Amino acid sequence: MAVPKIKTDAAEARIAALQVPEGGGWITAARGDALSRLRAIGLPGRRDEYWKYTQPDSLIAPEAIRAAVFENDEGPMFADIDRLKVVFVDGVFDADASDDLAQAGLEIERLETAGQADIHWAKDLYGVLESHGQTPVQRPLAALNTGFARDGVIIRATGKAVKPVNLVYLHESDSSDAILHHCIKLEKGADLTILENGPAAARFNKVMEVDIAEGAAFHHVRTQGRDHERRAVTHVFARLGAESTFKSFTVTVNGMLTRNECVIELTGDDAIAHVAGAVVGDGDFLHDDTVFITHDAQRCESRQVFKKVLRNGATGVFQGKILVKKDAQKTDGYQISQALLLDEDAQFYAKPELEIYADDVICSHGSTSGAIDDEALFYLRSRGIPESEAQDLLVLAFLAEAIEEIEDSAIANDILARLEGWLGRRRR
Amino acid sequence: MLEINNLHVKLEEEDKVILKGVTLSVGAGEVHAIMGPNGSGKSTLSYVLSGRDGYEVTEGTASLLGENILEMEPEERAAAGLFLAFQYPVEIPGVGNMTFLRTALNAQRKARGEDEMSAADFLKLIRAKAKDLKIDADMLKRPVNMGFSGGEKKRNEILQMAMLEPKMCILDETDSGLDVDAMKLVADGVNALRSEGRSFLVITHYQRLLDHIVPDVVHIMADGRIVKTGGADLALEVEKNGYTDLLNEVA
Ligand SMILES: Nc1ncnc2c1ncn2[C@@H]1O[C@H](COP(=O)(O)OP(=O)(O)OP(=O)(O)O)[C@@H](O)[C@H]1O
Ligand SMILES: [Mg+2]
Repeated sequence: MAVPKIKTDAAEARIAALQVPEGGGWITAARGDALSRLRAIGLPGRRDEYWKYTQPDSLIAPEAIRAAVFENDEGPMFADIDRLKVVFVDGVFDADASDDLAQAGLEIERLETAGQADIHWAKDLYGVLESHGQTPVQRPLAALNTGFARDGVIIRATGKAVKPVNLVYLHESDSSDAILHHCIKLEKGADLTILENGPAAARFNKVMEVDIAEGAAFHHVRTQGRDHERRAVTHVFARLGAESTFKSFTVTVNGMLTRNECVIELTGDDAIAHVAGAVVGDGDFLHDDTVFITHDAQRCESRQVFKKVLRNGATGVFQGKILVKKDAQKTDGYQISQALLLDEDAQFYAKPELEIYADDVICSHGSTSGAIDDEALFYLRSRGIPESEAQDLLVLAFLAEAIEEIEDSAIANDILARLEGWLGRRRR
Repeated sequence: MLEINNLHVKLEEEDKVILKGVTLSVGAGEVHAIMGPNGSGKSTLSYVLSGRDGYEVTEGTASLLGENILEMEPEERAAAGLFLAFQYPVEIPGVGNMTFLRTALNAQRKARGEDEMSAADFLKLIRAKAKDLKIDADMLKRPVNMGFSGGEKKRNEILQMAMLEPKMCILDETDSGLDVDAMKLVADGVNALRSEGRSFLVITHYQRLLDHIVPDVVHIMADGRIVKTGGADLALEVEKNGYTDLLNEVA
């Protein structure tokens, strides 16, 4: 089928506004391949089925729309955790603000320098999972990212990491347009936690490719900051080996537009993948979780838990798919996406999909959207709890199932406290 | 304590009149019982008094300790000392029983200008009260009323009442669904709270609860009105003869 001209034109216009980073070495070839992929498929348009609920316009435009930097009065995220900080300001690595990468007890390098070095494992990963993730559904903004990302980190863990790696994304310029690409490889039995926080830029395009070998465990907690006007499209591509674990949780507060795609392939038996998200949005806010999980091995478990609290015209989108291939027997798949609409202007669009070719599987999915339960609200108030406080209790209760997916209880409590703060600021 | 005068209530959404002039006065330290056929308006009265949405007071007044409660928010009524043990306690997934009760207790204290209770004091208190009602610690950890049996929910209502120490307690069919032993526990819980400054309005269909919680006054409600008022023996009469004779006699 011919690609509509409007899509290829959009791709050419975007490409014209970008420069392929200098460098040479293996990465140039990988970038070139990505560029060809992008040219062949074009950028998403309003008529794309996969972009039905989220207008891609501002994400694909050659120029980023300005986004005023938000003065965040909360303390920095993850500050109490012993972590290795890697800081990017408007998408550019900041060595002074970052910790010494050599201290990590990991192989960790900037993409900018790694691209020229002969790091064979990175060669086999950069753009590889992204490229693989282009079928059956195209993800052109991820190909664009592989083609043009200048910076990012490449990390290889061979055992249990001494501390989490915290990728901090600061936003300082109103007009920044950032592209970052990270590659993470967990060798057999390795265990690594990646923490991400911050708004990153006026417009942010980020890809993270995660290759998890047999028996390894990857933990990921991400907070997408309170910056009101920022826009972001992010992709996580993960490949799981036998008996490996992938656990990812994202909390999103504010931001005009966020599209988080997560593409997971379970390729080894007995692997476990959990993806969860908690979202609170008010006003000019659209948040889109698009998840695609492929079961291609036996006895794997996947779990998707997404909760969105929306008010005042905020919009939530969820597209979640579980694909169970023919030989993926004894698959255990669970998916839930729910929205709590705090007023009549908020909206939620959900498209849950199951496609199952194996016969011996358990898969369940559910999606709901609704208002605060009046009966519960009255019950709480009848015991003396003021209406606003009672409402907050019910909102946090609604988010609980997603928050429970956070493995570290200190982080979970911190995130809860911040969500309470967000709700508190909105009390009438 | 509680003064209800000529209270008329209709549904907000439809033209259905439910209470047609209820007059009732509960003195301090007294226990009143309300009995009456299904659908006569007993629960509606309790909801209107506690401030639930969906009803419109078209006539009459209700006051607690001299204050007009009909204008107050539900939480203000609670802070003023009103408590309703629900006929159908609500399940609230995700909100822990302990968090709920501590938030409620401290919100009421705050509203009255009192100091909040510390977490340690709260824990000590709730453990003691839960023990009296044979509610185990595991139940307290669960979300509000989630996975509770019918009888456990009712006992949980009484636990809340014991913790919040209200002045005016309305019990809406707290006895229904309770086994004999649980009924005794609940009655003991109520009796332990009886005091000069605390009054009870006990809605029930059965004499049995009133054997344990002996009322000072019994009212019969029918078709939105109090049609007969008497002493504790009125409940015995209902138990023996049902409502038909009684209502005919009034009509
Ligand atoms: N929200 C409502 N919508 C429609 N009808 C209602 C509503 N609330 C109460 N009613 C009606 O009002 C009447 C009184 O109901 P209420 O629950 O107060 O009765 P009750 O005396 O408590 O009965 P029971 O002994 O069965 O508990 C009933 O006919 C009931 O159907
Ligand atoms: Mg009733």
